[in-house]
Amino acid sequence: MLELLRQPWPWYTSGAVIAFVMVLLLFFGKSFGFSANLHTICSACGAGKKVKFFDFDWRSQTWNLLFLVGAIVGGFISAEFLSTGEAVQISQATIDDLSALGIASPEGMQPTEIFGMEALFSLKGFLILLLGGFAIGFGARYAGGCTSGHAISGISNLQLPSLIAVIGFFIGGLITTFVLLPLIF
Amino acid sequence: MSKSEAISWFRIQEMFRFQSFHMYGIIGTAVVLGTLATFLIKRYKMRDFQGNPIVFQPKEMSVPRYLFGGSIFGLGWALTGACPGPMFVNIGFSYWPILVAIVGALLGTYLYGAIRSKLPH
Repeated sequence: MLELLRQPWPWYTSGAVIAFVMVLLLFFGKSFGFSANLHTICSACGAGKKVKFFDFDWRSQTWNLLFLVGAIVGGFISAEFLSTGEAVQISQATIDDLSALGIASPEGMQPTEIFGMEALFSLKGFLILLLGGFAIGFGARYAGGCTSGHAISGISNLQLPSLIAVIGFFIGGLITTFVLLPLIF
Repeated sequence: MSKSEAISWFRIQEMFRFQSFHMYGIIGTAVVLGTLATFLIKRYKMRDFQGNPIVFQPKEMSVPRYLFGGSIFGLGWALTGACPGPMFVNIGFSYWPILVAIVGALLGTYLYGAIRSKLPH
């Protein structure tokens, strides 16, 4: 049983768990949207004093911050106890494309070219993470949601705005993948 | 999330290169089951555990907001290989450099809040 849990899980398991989490949150009178936590953390840090957008009762969102803590703990358990430490089994086509950019085939979950300590202390590596994160934070609030709020919850509720947002996710993602990454690497 | 490798930069690259069904399978399964659940909740007017009706807030219609905001989000998603949830799962995996991306995301959220009245919505 434990051995089965240790293997990477097939996509349908993960998809079902995500849908289950969404339904669970609905039955607790909440909604599934992770990037709202970024809004909450800004507010908790006192951003509400200067910017009205952050002036709300962030304590009412404590449940979502707990969800965030759960995500960290879940990651830790998964990494410590339920992992075989194997490299991610991505397709050969992706490995070939990435090696053409100078990114080595996977040895773990993340590429050392971006997530290694050496990369972190280089200007390029630092800026990739900082600016990438910046775009995620800015874009998620601008679009009013991220993958969980739009792609999962929003489309499940047949919301056209969410579909437009997801099309946007792909426009941005394809620009990074086919224009920016070849320029950066 | 992590057990199906959805937190991996490599998997996100594979998705944006349309070279595997994996991520589409994850999101697709979640959306199909989510749509069914949402339909049933509405159809049978289900209530949450406190007895309040479960309401779905319809999203306000706009094109520029979702298209521009979504595209900016996508730029960052493909660059760091993590959307907001998986960012934090990566901390659990001891990929500490992701903290830089999280600081970036907080700064980005703050900037949006500061200039939102000047943006087309």
